Amino acid sequence: MLRLLTLCLAALLALVLPASAKDKLTVYTYDSFVSDWGPGPKIKTAFEATCECELEWVAVADAVATLNRIKLEGAGSKADILLGIDSSLTAEASATGLFEEHGIKTENVNLPVDWTDKTFVPYDYGHFAIIYDSEKIKTPPASLDDLVNGDPDQKIVIQDPRTSSPGLGLLLWIKAVYGDKAGEAWTKLSNRVLTVTPGWSEAYGMFTTGEAPMVLSYTTSPAYHMVAESTDRYRAASFPEGHYMQIEVAGILKSSQNKPLARRFLDFMTGPGFQDHIPTNNWMWPAGKTSDALPDAFDKLVKPAKSLLLSADEVNANRKAWIDEWLKATTR
Amino acid sequence: MQRLRTSGPKPAVLAGAVALGCIGLAVVTPMLALVAVAPAMPDLSADYLGFVWSITKFTLLQAGLSTALSVLAAIPLARALARQATFPGRRIVLRLLALPLALPALVVVLGLIEVWGRQGWISTIVQATGLAGPLNIYGLSGILIAHVFFNMALAARLLVASLEQIPPENWRLAAQLSFTSRHVFRHIEWPVIRSALPGIASLVFMLCIASFAVVLVLGGGPKATTLEVAIYQSLRFDFDPPRAVLLAALQLALCAGLFVLGGRMATDIAVMSGVGKPARRPDRFASRRTDALVIAAGLAFLALPMLAIFLSGVMAPFSVIVSQSVFWQALTTSLVLALTAASLALVMAWSLLAAQRTIMRRRTPSRAASAFMSCMQASGSLILVVPPVVIGAGWFVVLHRTGLANSAAPVIVAIVNALMALPFALRILRPAVVGQAQIHDRLCASLGLSGLQRWRLVDLPVLARSFALAFAFAAALSIGDLGAAALFGSADFVTLPLLLLQKMGSYRSVEAAGIALLLAGFCLFLIWLAERLKPGEQNS
Amino acid sequence: MTGAAIHLDDVNFAYPGGDPLHFSTTFEAGSFTGLIGPSGSGKTTLINLIAGFEEPASGHIIFDGVDAGVTEPADRPVTMVFQDNNLFAHLDVFTNIALGVSASLDLSGDDKARITTSMEETGLSGLGKRLPRELSGGQRQRVAIARALVRDRPVLLLDEPFAALGPALRRDMLRLVSNIHKQRAMTVILVSHDPADVKFAATHAAFMDAGRVIANRPVDALFSASDIPGLQGYLGT
Repeated sequence: MLRLLTLCLAALLALVLPASAKDKLTVYTYDSFVSDWGPGPKIKTAFEATCECELEWVAVADAVATLNRIKLEGAGSKADILLGIDSSLTAEASATGLFEEHGIKTENVNLPVDWTDKTFVPYDYGHFAIIYDSEKIKTPPASLDDLVNGDPDQKIVIQDPRTSSPGLGLLLWIKAVYGDKAGEAWTKLSNRVLTVTPGWSEAYGMFTTGEAPMVLSYTTSPAYHMVAESTDRYRAASFPEGHYMQIEVAGILKSSQNKPLARRFLDFMTGPGFQDHIPTNNWMWPAGKTSDALPDAFDKLVKPAKSLLLSADEVNANRKAWIDEWLKATTR
Repeated sequence: MQRLRTSGPKPAVLAGAVALGCIGLAVVTPMLALVAVAPAMPDLSADYLGFVWSITKFTLLQAGLSTALSVLAAIPLARALARQATFPGRRIVLRLLALPLALPALVVVLGLIEVWGRQGWISTIVQATGLAGPLNIYGLSGILIAHVFFNMALAARLLVASLEQIPPENWRLAAQLSFTSRHVFRHIEWPVIRSALPGIASLVFMLCIASFAVVLVLGGGPKATTLEVAIYQSLRFDFDPPRAVLLAALQLALCAGLFVLGGRMATDIAVMSGVGKPARRPDRFASRRTDALVIAAGLAFLALPMLAIFLSGVMAPFSVIVSQSVFWQALTTSLVLALTAASLALVMAWSLLAAQRTIMRRRTPSRAASAFMSCMQASGSLILVVPPVVIGAGWFVVLHRTGLANSAAPVIVAIVNALMALPFALRILRPAVVGQAQIHDRLCASLGLSGLQRWRLVDLPVLARSFALAFAFAAALSIGDLGAAALFGSADFVTLPLLLLQKMGSYRSVEAAGIALLLAGFCLFLIWLAERLKPGEQNS
Repeated sequence: MTGAAIHLDDVNFAYPGGDPLHFSTTFEAGSFTGLIGPSGSGKTTLINLIAGFEEPASGHIIFDGVDAGVTEPADRPVTMVFQDNNLFAHLDVFTNIALGVSASLDLSGDDKARITTSMEETGLSGLGKRLPRELSGGQRQRVAIARALVRDRPVLLLDEPFAALGPALRRDMLRLVSNIHKQRAMTVILVSHDPADVKFAATHAAFMDAGRVIANRPVDALFSASDIPGLQGYLGT
C-alpha cells in the first residue's frame, strides 16, 4: 500500500513537470476557453508562430474564479495576463489595484457600444437571450415584457445571479429595462421559472433534454446547433427592449515580469490571428476583424436592435443590493 | 523491587495520533490561511444574521427530512435483501447500491430529471392517465427525491452488511421458536439495525448538509439556499473569505454538536464469527412475495435514473470521445488521482482504526484515551461537512505563498479526495477490524505479534476483502469527484469529471453523457473487481 | 527452563460497573494448579491478570521476585492457551506453531527441529501443512499446546481449553499436559469447571469464590478439607 502510494505521488508530480524555459507568457483564463475544442490551443499555436516565446494557459473553472485566483495570489501572481472576465466584473477587478493600463492602440476593437476602459481590452462579446425550442413553442415571447407576463405553464430555466454570469446578466438586463420596478418584474417572472441552476451547463442541459422549453443563454447559442448539429430547432427570441451585453476582456497584471510581451499579446488579440478562432470555438461574436466572413449560421442569428450595458462602476456599487432585491422578490 | 521492562507508548496509537493530526492540519490550515488573506471582521449585521438563521433552518430541515426518509426507506429494502440471500442478480443489486454516491452529482441530477422531471417518464405516465398535470418536483420535494436516491442506497448497503453479521445460530433459534417475521424483526433484526442506525444516519445527514448541486438545481431557486451554497457563494462570488470561513465553521460546529448528541446513542456493530456466506434464513420463504415487491420497488427507484443515464450515454459518439488525446490524458490523471486518493484514504483509515483497536484492548481506557478515541471517530465524519471550496482555496493560498502552487496542486487534490473518501473507508473497514480484533487480539498480544508483523501475517490476509472494497469505493468516489479538481485547474490537469463539465459547458452534452456513462461503468467495474476477491478466512 | 513462582500481592481489580475483585495468593514454582470455583468467581480474570491482558488497579503480580508491572503479555514469562480462537485460520499448522518461536517467522534449522519435536510430542506429526479448519477440535488445541511448548516459558496458563471436548479426549489432553508438566517442570495453572479433571491431572487446587482465592492447597488436601467456606456447596458434597 505504501509502495503504491509513493508510486502514485511520483506519477502525479510527473504529470505536472515544468516545461521548457523559453520566454514565457502566462495567461489565466476560464477552462472552456482552453479545452481541446475551445479557441485556446489554436490561439496558442497562432501566437507562438509570431514570437520566439511560449504561451502558457492556466485554466480556472470560470471567469469569476480566475479573478478570485488573482486576488488570492495578490502581487505574487505568476500570471502576466487575465483573460476572460466580463464587463460586469471589470470595475471590481480594477479596484483590486493589481492591474495596470494596457497602453495599446485599440482601433481594431469593434463593438456595438463604445469602449473606453483603459485597463481592459475586449476580445469578444455576446448578447444574453432567451433560447426556445421551436418544436415546443410556436409563438415565442415577443418582448422581455411578454416573457415576464407570459403563460406560467410555459417554463424557463435560468441561472443563479449569485453563482453564474448569465444569471447575473439577466439580473442586470431586467434592472436595465425595469429600473425601480425590477422587483415586481422578478416576482411575475418567477412564476415561469422552473428552476434556478448554479451554472449555465446545468440549465442548458435541462433545456436540451427537453425538461424546459426555454433557457437563458446567448444569441449565439443557435449557431452551435446549426454548425455542429445542422439543426435550427433551437432559436433565440428577439426582444425590442434590447438585449443585455456581455463583453469579455483581458488585462495585464502589474506584477507581470514580461510586460512588452504581454502588450504584444493584447495587440495580437485584437487582430485576425486571435479573432478568427472566436466565433466557432468560443461561440461568441468577435470583437475585431476576422480573416474570413463568419459562417452563414451567424447571419441567421438574432441581432439585437439595441445593446444594453450598465456601467461597470454602477454594477459594482449596486450588485449586492440588486441581488438582495432579487432574493426578496423571488422567495416571497 | 525489580521490575520487568515496561513498554512505551504503542506505535499504533502514535500512528493514529499522526493521522488525526494530519487530518486536523489539512482542514484547519486552509481556514486560517483564508482568514489571513483578508483579515477583516465578517459582516455581522442583524440582517445578515437573520439570513444566516433562515438558511440554517432550511439546511437542517432538508437534511433532517432527507435523512429520515432515506433511512426509513432503507430499512425494509435492507431487510428484504438480507432475508433473500440467494435470488439471482442479488450481487448486482448490491453493487448498484454502491453506485449513486460515486457518480458526479450533476450527472445524477440530470438522470433524475429525466425520470421525475416535468417532461420525465413518470410525469408522462401520470399525464397519460389524465389524473394529474405534469409533476413539478422543483423545491423541497426534488431535493428529497435526489437525497433519498443517493443515500437510501448507501444506508441500505450498510444495513445489509450489518444484518449479514447476525450469527447463524440466531436463525436456527428463531426457527426452533417459530418466530414470525414480526418476532424476527423485534428480537433479532431491530437490535442490530438500531445499533447501526446512529452511525448510518449521521453519515447520511452530513452528506445531505454538504450537498450542493442537488440543492441548487432541484431546489428550484433561492428559497432553497443552504449553508453550503452560501459558503460557495461568499467565497466564489463575493470573495469574502472571512465570511466563508465563519459559515464553514458554523456548519462544522453544528454537525459536531449533532455528532456529540448522536454519538451517545451510537454503539459498535457487534461482529460475530461465521461471516462469509449470508445465512439461509428460515423466514425466507414466508416473506418471499413482500420481499420481491420491496426489492422491485427499491430497484425501480434506483435503477430508473441510472437507466436514463445509460440511455443518454449509450448514444454518445464514443469513437469521437476516444479519438481525443485529452480524453486519454484525463483518464490517466483520473486513474492516478483515484489510486493515490484511495491509498491515502486507506492508510489514514487504517492508522485511525489500528490506534482505536489498541486503545480498546484495555477495557478501562483512561479519560485522555477515551477523548482521543472520540476525536478519531468524529474526524471520520465531520470531514464530510468541511466545504471542499474552502479547503481548496485555503490550500491554494498556502501553496502559493510557498511557491509550490502548481506542482503540489495534484497532491492537494488527491489529499482532499482522500479526506472525502475517509468516512466511507472507515465505515467499510471498521466492523471487519473490530471483529478481527475480538478474535485475534489476545492471541497476537500473547505471541508479541504487533506492528508490521501483525499487519503482514494477520491483518492483511484476514482483512484483504474489506480493504479491497474500501479501496474500490474510495477510488470510485475520487474518480467521480468534480469539486476538488476544479479548484486547481490548469490546462494540463484535466480529470474525467472536469472534462465532462467542460463538454457540458460548451454545448457538447451528448459527449458529456458518454463520459458520464464511462465513469459509471468504471465505478461499477472497480466494485466488481473488489468483490471478486475471496472473503477473508474467519477463525475456526 | 523450569517453572517460576507466581505471587499475587494484594491485587485489586474491577470491571467498569462490576464488583471489586481481590487476589492474594502464591502459585509455587513447578506446581500444576487447577483453578475451580463457581462461574463468575473470577477464575478467568485471575489468569488474564497473570497473563497481562488486564491491568490491576493496585497491587503487584510477581514472577520469581520480579514485579511484572505493566509489561506486555508477550514479554511476560507466560504462555497461554485460550478456550477458543487459539489459531490463525488462514495459516497452516506449522506456521501457527512457528509464530511461537518468532513473530517474524525467522526460523533457524534448530528452530524448525524444535517445532517438529513439539509436533511429535503433541501427536501432530505430518499435519504441518493442514489448515485449522481441516483439523478436529482436539487437534486444534494440540496445535495451541505445541506452540506453548516451543515458546518455552516458565508459566503455562490454560483457560478451559478442553471444555468443548468429549470425556475420553479430554483425559488424553490432560494426560498430555500432565506429561509436559512433569518433563519440563513448568508452573501450570488450569482453569476448569470439572473438579474431576483437576484431581486427575493437577498437583494443587485453588478454590475461588466471589472474586477471591479462598484456598490454594495440594489437591488431596483441598478436596478433603472441610474448613473452606463454599467449597462443599460448590462440589455438591
